[in-house]
Amino acid sequence: MSDTQSHSAILADRLEGWNRPTAIVPQNEGELLEVAMGPHHPSTHGVFRMDVALDGERVIRLRPVFGYLHRNHEKIAEGISYLASMPYTDRLDYICPITNNWAYALAVEKLTGQAVPERAEYLRVILGELTRYQNHASSIGFLIQEMGASGTPLMYAYREREKILDLFEELTGARMMVNYMRFGGCRVDASQGWLERTRKVVAGLAGFADEFDRLLSTNEILMARTQGVGVLRPELAVNAGVTGPMLRASSVNYDIRKVDGYGIYSRFNFRVPLGDHGDVYDRYMIRVLEMRESIKILEQALKEIQPGPVMDPKAKIRGLRPKAGEAYGRIEAPKGELGFYLISDGGPNPYRYRVRPPSLINLTVLEDMCLGVNVADVVLIFGSVDIVLGEVDR
Amino acid sequence: MKTVEEIKSAIEAAVPGAPVEIAPNPNPALPHSLRVAPECALAVAKFLRDDEELKLDFLSNVTGVDWPESLEAVYHLYSVEKKHGPVIIRMHTVNRTDQVELPSLTPIWRSAEFQEREIFDLYGIVFTGHPDLRRLLMWEGFKDHPMRKDYREPDDFEYEPTAHDEVLKRAQANQAVAAGQKESGAGA
Amino acid sequence: MLGEGILKGMAETAKNFFGSYFSAERLTTVEYPEQRVAPFEAARVFPFLVFDQENRDGGGPEWEAGMRCVACQICEKECPPKCIYIEKSKDKKLDYLGKAQYYPARFDIDISVCMSCQICVEVCPFEAIKMDTEYELSTDDRFGSLLLDREQLAKSNEYYHQIHPTEASAVDTRLAAEKVKADARAKAAAQAATAKAVAIAGEGA
Repeated sequence: MSDTQSHSAILADRLEGWNRPTAIVPQNEGELLEVAMGPHHPSTHGVFRMDVALDGERVIRLRPVFGYLHRNHEKIAEGISYLASMPYTDRLDYICPITNNWAYALAVEKLTGQAVPERAEYLRVILGELTRYQNHASSIGFLIQEMGASGTPLMYAYREREKILDLFEELTGARMMVNYMRFGGCRVDASQGWLERTRKVVAGLAGFADEFDRLLSTNEILMARTQGVGVLRPELAVNAGVTGPMLRASSVNYDIRKVDGYGIYSRFNFRVPLGDHGDVYDRYMIRVLEMRESIKILEQALKEIQPGPVMDPKAKIRGLRPKAGEAYGRIEAPKGELGFYLISDGGPNPYRYRVRPPSLINLTVLEDMCLGVNVADVVLIFGSVDIVLGEVDR
Repeated sequence: MKTVEEIKSAIEAAVPGAPVEIAPNPNPALPHSLRVAPECALAVAKFLRDDEELKLDFLSNVTGVDWPESLEAVYHLYSVEKKHGPVIIRMHTVNRTDQVELPSLTPIWRSAEFQEREIFDLYGIVFTGHPDLRRLLMWEGFKDHPMRKDYREPDDFEYEPTAHDEVLKRAQANQAVAAGQKESGAGA
Repeated sequence: MLGEGILKGMAETAKNFFGSYFSAERLTTVEYPEQRVAPFEAARVFPFLVFDQENRDGGGPEWEAGMRCVACQICEKECPPKCIYIEKSKDKKLDYLGKAQYYPARFDIDISVCMSCQICVEVCPFEAIKMDTEYELSTDDRFGSLLLDREQLAKSNEYYHQIHPTEASAVDTRLAAEKVKADARAKAAAQAATAKAVAIAGEGA
């Protein structure tokens, strides 16, 4: 099939149309104003730069620039053992270290064929859903902060997040960089007292979600600023590899917890909320609804968890040398699909270690959503994508 | 979903003359991948995306790998509509030095846009047909390709109190050079 | 009515504001540094080396003689950012079981690099390195004072009991059980040796 004519015909077919953003014609005369938003910027969720070309207030062109937080995680992982990469995965999406650990442990367990005991799976689900709750709470908090709410919803979200972080610290020893999952289970078992305290915290989470709803969801300023802004069409979302709440807000029903059913998620009864319009308001509402679904999963898991081992006693932690092969393990992280692709050559270090970063790939459509809108809306749209630079740049 | 053999025969039926072979996973319990020749990769990709049974409309992950004789790009494909996957396709370059072109699959799946830019940045594979091939993570004007196995970091250690292995050797060499220069400077 | 959502939100904010005068749950701040939150027992900041005050072999300062570390260098190999640097000694000293073991002539941890992952604690076979909870470590010397050497890292087993009581008791129980087993083995070996000697003497006579 090396016919050059059909090759270029395919390219011509796909380079126009909905695969690339349509150009916006500037209205006024004169040059475009080129502004670099970032990297030193209070609203860019980290060190991130957007080179926008403006016609007055409207965005004509937007180019994101990354790499300010590039720490070469993938190359470091090729030089250290599998166990030693685990604390580095904490630092990828630093707001949700548990899910990063889980995705990496899942990939290595696929590579080695390691089974995980049941109590460890329940603990993983409990911690994973707590992480999802606090991530959505802080993500909404930051979005509203960028809208000008001066931190009140953010601080309410952080008040709940503190309770969850206290639980993490009690169990794993650190609030954020938990280093908790191991290949074949979890590092430490949770005591009965910890489970009781978790049940108490979970009982209060529903009240906070209600408070958030009452505070924000019918707020006229929020609705006026976010409804109809930054619309993402479902076909473009799927084609651009967008995953997570952003995809579900564009009414595409794809949640890896339901599709792959990794771990024991098939045992829990929860729904997948879908948005209708794909705008910023839908992404906000999806996150609130997912917080409520997380509470449902937490209640079920805390009821069903049974005593038992949390680590397979024959599982090798130190000196793990998986047989040669490759595996791709992915989970539904709070930001999207977080995947780890590992190629092993039989040695103690991985031959290739790749992180599939949901935040970076969700940013593919940033330019599409931001063309023709005002600069103030760019900040909102960017905030609704919910990225974290540790993951984008690794 | 079809097995790898069935997908291979479907591709060969739909895109005649396309050399597709099964690249077995060294660990037989894990999914195998399909190795596609770069010349017909676009046609194969279009078939995989548009075929009624496969409908692989979601490109999840594009990875670059550095092998001793060539560079490789690995694509993980899933289907959002049919909720199945993964189908893994791989393409090898001819060699690592001068013939490092591969066709870009960005016209078929837009999610390859940033990931192929990253592979160009870190491995040096040039994706022909990519709408905007620039460096992604390293700054413009950076010369080398960091993720290659033969990449040598610049020698700019300021203070390495607990150096090990490679770093220790290079730090000691730097210190010897600095001591030698100081001596010759003091002497002259 | 236009503005109803905003008014509902304001009611929430008012409830939080006025409620913070009455309920502890709404007043969530702690006035650091006048008030401090007690750390959890499992909290971890940077590692330290444990020394026993009882099991000492030879003279020298207490921390050096009773240090449990035998310089096996497993923690150095497993440390992800490679922040531990160990130099083995040339001679040996007796540990608490009575076996002759090497000890670290040099044990440096660079705490500006350490990421508090506690893998060194997990892999140590001798319960020699544990996690400290001291976090107020600011200094103005960026290079030298963030490199902790053997003496700065050595802290007593009593201190370990203070910061991690449950863990320290479990470790002590484990070590005591090891000692009991080793003593029993030594006694059995001694009995077998004397029985053999008696048998040989009996044959000889």
